[in-house]
Amino acid sequence: MSTVANTIFSPELAARFDHLATIYPLKRSALVPMLLYAQDEIGYVSEAVVSEIAKRLDLFDLDVRNVLSYYSMLRTKPAGKYNVQVCTNISCMLRGGYELLDHCKAKLGIGHKEVTPDGVFSLEEVECIGACCWAPAIQINYDFHDDLTPEKVDVLFQMYRDGQGKDVK
Amino acid sequence: MPTLVSHPDEVKVVSRRFGMGAAEIERYIELDGYKAVQQAIAEGPEWIINTMKASGLRGRGGAGFPTGMKWSFVPKVSEKPKYVLVNGDESEPGTCKDHVLFLHDPHSVIEGTMIAGLAIGSKLGFIYLRGEYRYLLKIVEKAVADAYAKGFLGKNIFGTGVDFDIITQTGAGAYEVGEESALMESLEGKRGVPRIKPPFPAVVGLYGGPTVINNAETIANAPHILLMGGEAYAKLGTERNGGTRLFGISGHVERPGIYELPMGYSLRKAIYDVAGGVKDGKKLKAVVPGGASCPVLTADEIDVGLDFDQMGKAGTMLGSGGIVVLDDTVSIVEFALRTISFYQHESCGWCIPCREGTDWIKKTLTRVHAGGGSKKDIDNVQYLAENMMGRTFCPLGDAAAMPTLGFVKKFRKEFEEYIEGNKAGTPIITVEQLVGAGH
Repeated sequence: MSTVANTIFSPELAARFDHLATIYPLKRSALVPMLLYAQDEIGYVSEAVVSEIAKRLDLFDLDVRNVLSYYSMLRTKPAGKYNVQVCTNISCMLRGGYELLDHCKAKLGIGHKEVTPDGVFSLEEVECIGACCWAPAIQINYDFHDDLTPEKVDVLFQMYRDGQGKDVK
Repeated sequence: MPTLVSHPDEVKVVSRRFGMGAAEIERYIELDGYKAVQQAIAEGPEWIINTMKASGLRGRGGAGFPTGMKWSFVPKVSEKPKYVLVNGDESEPGTCKDHVLFLHDPHSVIEGTMIAGLAIGSKLGFIYLRGEYRYLLKIVEKAVADAYAKGFLGKNIFGTGVDFDIITQTGAGAYEVGEESALMESLEGKRGVPRIKPPFPAVVGLYGGPTVINNAETIANAPHILLMGGEAYAKLGTERNGGTRLFGISGHVERPGIYELPMGYSLRKAIYDVAGGVKDGKKLKAVVPGGASCPVLTADEIDVGLDFDQMGKAGTMLGSGGIVVLDDTVSIVEFALRTISFYQHESCGWCIPCREGTDWIKKTLTRVHAGGGSKKDIDNVQYLAENMMGRTFCPLGDAAAMPTLGFVKKFRKEFEEYIEGNKAGTPIITVEQLVGAGH
């Protein structure tokens, strides 16, 4: 059991982390999942998250930061409540991925890795998300939306604005 | 939600349970689930490996290494624990087959992991999914929990005295982690940079122990092969290319989707019959036949069988089975730039030829695409790509160089015309002006 006092995570997440630190042959294996799960709850990987995870896994903060900077899904600044990730890789590009990206930029009034002033949406152009056969596709947080058109994107945005978007975590 | 498609030419082995609710353990059991693993326990490791060898199954991740042989390389006696690691970090552009597999038949991946574990004498398996596949990870996690609840995983599985555990793991966004040694690094909580080989993972792998690493589709085939027999599976395909595989046909086709076709099936038929032909009746221009890293085939090169050897002879690769179809409206200059931009973004930076090569090819093609290129740029791109080949720890360098070489060699005329057509009035743009261009 972890002896680290939980300061920033919900009791559920802290309990999950206690468990994760015990299941692997080496404790450090829990690092990447922990960073992502912490981000899911806090919104981004803050300095406090780095320190607490380092303590839990007996690592230096620097070890954690080294790993953090490698993975494209991990971020050190808050994103919008709904992070819109538009795939423009080859299969999506052939079926209108860039048109979708331009549409999202215009509709949300923001660019790549920017957040709307109300904090509801952020936008990211991403590499292949594994939905090639149902292109063009986007992910809003972890939820996939495929076979899209600009019109369908408008409907989606309205759904999320109205709080009816799915939020897989 | 991914739509399921089907075609009469399909031979369904690994996709047999798709759309049948087999993510639920009771349904999976009804559909012959967890029978193969019990037979494997009864028959023993040698039988498993011999059956897998007889099946002619080759790795479905892209490299096509014979699975039975890979399993047989693991030392029988080892001081360190042995591991099975399932690669579900599916990230090759054009590839989404494991997406459907995890969604519709997660237990087949679990059962295959157990079979691999029995074959090599391992007691612990890992199933690693890319971070973006969170909803699929949930499905796999539930399937694993259900298998534990039934006593199929854990101590004394099926009451046979055998122990086997499975841990599921999420990535957090990194194409490079799909490479087997980088995958192990990631699972050990580190940056996903590749390890030098040898030693190969079968000898020194995860946590220093002997490790078998297989693609999720490869692993999911194992239970089917044990139930139907190695020879019967082999017969579905061509010589040295046993069985069937999941092909993901995407891009400019009428009916994109995941189809399970026998190995050796005609690429032309896959495009024109199975996927319904080029979208909107347009003309075919080119095909990227096995994920973004495979050299492109032109429209008159598609009379080739979809197996590892025939595709190799045709100067390309079967790769991950992701067939990307391009109609004649596509600019190869733009497509080549998008492809290299991906590899430049994903290069982990560990090996200089890959880090610098992808970056300079991207910069050069960005200039060409922007209208400021010169013919010498085409030679430079080719020179850079040729010098990346075989000079990196992992195949990412090759994966970036191979398609690039394909584009500039097969479509050189288009590059030249593009540059010629833009010459009038367009000043040469310096690379410095373009640094930071693209995304």
